[in-house]
Amino acid sequence: MDLAMQVEEQLVNAPPDSGLRRRTTWKYLRRNPKLVVGALMFLGLLAFSFLGPLFVNTDEAAPMSAMPVTAPSREYPFGTDDQGRNLLAVAVVGLPLTLQVGLIAGVVAILIGTILGLTAGYLGGWVDLLIRGICDILLTVPGLVVLITVAASIKGSISVQTMGLVVAALAWMWPARTIRSQVLSLRERAYIQMAKLSGMRTPEIIFREIMPNLLPFLAASFVGSVSAAILASIGLEALGLGPQSEPTLGMTIYWSITYNAVIRGLWWWIVMPIALIIILFLSLFLMSAGLDEIANPRLRKADA
Amino acid sequence: MNLKYVVQRIGLFFVVVWGAATLNFFLPRLAPGDPVRSRLFAMMTQTGFQQSGVEEMVKAYQAKFGLDKPLWQQYLNYLWDTLHFDFGYSLSFFPNRALDLIMRALPWTIGLLTVTTILSFAIGTILGALIAWPRSPKILEWFLAPMLTLAAIPYYLLALILVYVFAFTLKWFPLSGGYQAGTLPQWSWGFVWDVIEHSILPALSIILAAIGSWAIGIRAMMVTTSGEDYMTFAEARGLKDKTIFSRYALRNAMLPQVTALALSLGHVVSGALIVEVVFTYPGVGSLLYNAIQTADYFIIYGVVFMVILTIALATLVVDLLYPLLDPRIRV
Repeated sequence: MDLAMQVEEQLVNAPPDSGLRRRTTWKYLRRNPKLVVGALMFLGLLAFSFLGPLFVNTDEAAPMSAMPVTAPSREYPFGTDDQGRNLLAVAVVGLPLTLQVGLIAGVVAILIGTILGLTAGYLGGWVDLLIRGICDILLTVPGLVVLITVAASIKGSISVQTMGLVVAALAWMWPARTIRSQVLSLRERAYIQMAKLSGMRTPEIIFREIMPNLLPFLAASFVGSVSAAILASIGLEALGLGPQSEPTLGMTIYWSITYNAVIRGLWWWIVMPIALIIILFLSLFLMSAGLDEIANPRLRKADA
Repeated sequence: MNLKYVVQRIGLFFVVVWGAATLNFFLPRLAPGDPVRSRLFAMMTQTGFQQSGVEEMVKAYQAKFGLDKPLWQQYLNYLWDTLHFDFGYSLSFFPNRALDLIMRALPWTIGLLTVTTILSFAIGTILGALIAWPRSPKILEWFLAPMLTLAAIPYYLLALILVYVFAFTLKWFPLSGGYQAGTLPQWSWGFVWDVIEHSILPALSIILAAIGSWAIGIRAMMVTTSGEDYMTFAEARGLKDKTIFSRYALRNAMLPQVTALALSLGHVVSGALIVEVVFTYPGVGSLLYNAIQTADYFIIYGVVFMVILTIALATLVVDLLYPLLDPRIRV
């Protein structure tokens, strides 16, 4: 997982001997099993979605391409749904779509959050007051419900990409708040003061001195945002406010609810999305807990 | 607590509510498509209605809903209506007002969610405190991992599993609904029992999913209090273990939990929308779900506004009461 490696590079502070560095990395990762297990689970999910199309005919993720309502068998290991989708193909197609929603929202949220957090934290004054005020007001508003309004208004034309952007619209406040408070404490550190005194220009200070020290935080809040975004998108989709023709995991849940899969005893229809969603959230949860330990060394002792 | 803080806080409440109303007004108007026209066309395709005269009908309806007036006037009218909780009529159940339908659904949701929130708070807090307590049996720690797993996944997935196992396969509980189909809501023992029977599975799925986060919260606070001087003093006095646990450790660790409880009671309306959908429970969630299915916009926006209003109200109350409860906070 290269996210973890980037964080690691910052942490180890790069002594020139790469053998030593590798050893330290290894030692550190052994002390942080959460991050390792979470990353391995996530890699497994990525492998499933990238290698899956080589073994499974992804055309069968569309309706009426398989015999409807058949229990898992050798031909259809995950069974088929009411409209004749092969649920194994749906898993292969749907998992990356759901990941895509989360990644789009996570990247947008972190970008906006970083820009606002850096600006507010570093400049201070009325800019800080304004940005913090907006974040605080928006944080009291229940995200899912506002997203329902947005999604209901554009329901007919939602694609996976717009879904990501819709979710991102209310995902940047928390990163902005945490990054701001981190920048506030970084700003007062001695080396930043030294850089200022030695005549370094503001952009240079931000990118050469503050950003590298912010990376562990960015990584932790990125994983957190992705997880929150996927949670929100699956919630919207389960209510019927998702991409109507794309078999994301949330839409599969939605269809299984609308067609009363459980009441009709079609257990395999819900097992596939539920299992994938549980693995996905556990891996994101473990990764963000692990990254949090790197970003906040104080947590390491509290949890041991 | 000074007056300036109170005024500022109440001001913020109105800003949030006004913002929610404004969002409800402008978002549908920014969206492509004309709801009146699309609604009429949908009705025509359903009933095989004549195509001629549609434009006149669109005009007539737009005049009826005030859509032919300039935007600022529509906006002011809208704010005025919202101030009176007038969200317009339901499109699918036409003579019914959106507000009446929401009011009919609210007691179900509030009842279910208040009970489950308090139960999961109580169970989670006691469990988490016991796990953090050094002298409690080690077996308790085995509860933590499954509880955390349940907290990490969306709660409605658990609901789907519970329906399949306990209602479909074992037939211990009814499959769906809030009460036996065909009976009329009334105040009788039979009916109350029926309602309880129908709400056990939805309640269980909400409680199981929520316990973990309550347990984690209190556990962290218990670890902090265990290092305090008064704990050492209580032990030195030779007090009974039980007394130290409940009177000294738990009591001092409770405050953040109580705040969180108050805040989550503010979320009772929106807390479990999708669980209601899974169980076709007759609350706000199912109302919203059906409104989304039938593009019943006035209900969607009405529900959204009511949810934001209740949450803003709860946050306001907590923020105003908190300084009174905890004298250490000076605002």
